[in-house]
Amino acid sequence: MKQSKKAKVAEKEYMDIPGTTVFDQEQSRKGYGINMFCMSLMKDENRKAFRADEAAYLKAFKLTPQQTEAVLKRQWNRMLELGGNIYFTAKLGATDSLSFQQVAAIMTGSTQEQYAAMMLAGGRPVDGNRSKSEWKK
Amino acid sequence: MARIIAAVCSSHVPAIGAALDNGKTEEPYWKRVFSGFEPSKKWMEKARPDVCIIVYNDHASAFSMDIVPTFALGCAAEFPPADEGWGPRPVPVVKGHPELAAHIAQSVILDEFDLTIVNKMEVDHGLTVPMNLLFGQPKEWPCPVIPLAVNVVLFPPPTAKRCFDLGKAIRKAVESYPEDLNVVIFGTGGMSHQISGPRAGLINSKFDKAFLDNLVVKPKKLTRISHVEFMREAGAEGIEMVMWLIARGALDESVTEAYRFYTVPASNTAVGHIIMENPKKPGGKKKPVLERPVKTNAAAKGDAKKTPAKKAAARKSPAKKVSLPAAAE
Ligand SMILES: [Fe+2]
Repeated sequence: MKQSKKAKVAEKEYMDIPGTTVFDQEQSRKGYGINMFCMSLMKDENRKAFRADEAAYLKAFKLTPQQTEAVLKRQWNRMLELGGNIYFTAKLGATDSLSFQQVAAIMTGSTQEQYAAMMLAGGRPVDGNRSKSEWKK
Repeated sequence: MARIIAAVCSSHVPAIGAALDNGKTEEPYWKRVFSGFEPSKKWMEKARPDVCIIVYNDHASAFSMDIVPTFALGCAAEFPPADEGWGPRPVPVVKGHPELAAHIAQSVILDEFDLTIVNKMEVDHGLTVPMNLLFGQPKEWPCPVIPLAVNVVLFPPPTAKRCFDLGKAIRKAVESYPEDLNVVIFGTGGMSHQISGPRAGLINSKFDKAFLDNLVVKPKKLTRISHVEFMREAGAEGIEMVMWLIARGALDESVTEAYRFYTVPASNTAVGHIIMENPKKPGGKKKPVLERPVKTNAAAKGDAKKTPAKKAAARKSPAKKVSLPAAAE
């Protein structure tokens, strides 16, 4: 990431939040293709066409080879890193019959059961999850 | 004169909509959530607003990455439910109130809030889930709705302070509308939650409860919360709570808390809900709400032609102009 000016670093204080890719305009520009592909899945005929031949369907959108791979392999975190936004990628989840919670469980590396149990027990605590420095320990 | 009688704030979790649509409301997990809204439905039946303004965010349903408006006011006559990937939710089409919406747009823009006008828009769970929670699952929605879509998807959303101030401008707009209407404003989304990345599942009940407390008594304190603080403390998607401040901004400084409910979780989210009433003003609708005849849209249009003074006389309420305290400062 190019961060030439100090001001820019200060502006992006949110990059210190661990396990989080904040969807800003830089991400949005990078991920335009992924997000517009996901948006197309709001129509049933498109969901069917995508399921019939995923790789061919993706060709209509300008994805990079990395983005294409992330979509085809359902690498949910990588899609976000490459500019995808969760509300868009959730439509790919819906196409796969996955709920928001199921996609979230995958992104945290836990099983559905573990994740659902964590939520029922009050969720992931904020203590220890505020800053990247806390995750390095 | 139209007036804002109350603000209703509520989470708008998509899984709540799915539970309703798939008949799961009696399952213990969901009953815990829905039972918290039973008193709210009763409150709403009694309040019987003529119009609701619903502040929500579009979740990549009406707005793709082509155009991302910060504040978009729905001025259409109707708003069909969007297909969010599972087929459109089986809920009634939301009817708008184009006349009041046009008035709000004009008033608020001249008040220097540069809204985007939307004449065609599908609405997603962000709008329809809170409607279900407050109105149940009727065949037709009981009143027209003006959607106000706020960008909280593409960083940065409008600031908490900007949202609060917009609420004040909306109130001013509503109060300068000649028709005698009771308006309820909804703030939706939140509370703490994160649905993206390895940190998904974050919940911060302490933050949420303090937010609820301050929302009632010290809303100005909440306008100083920065975006980073919202995301750090309440999860990346917890930033949706800025929308509650639009609803709060539309009320008096001092309000009555009518009801509150909080439970963790619904799916990935802390469910928060609060109803705050504006103090009753002299010159408001005189008849007890339950005895009022149901007002149809057509009848409402007819009323609009009367002057406020004539209308006040017809209602047997004092015709003299009532001076209102300035909007919450
Ligand atoms: Fe939302």
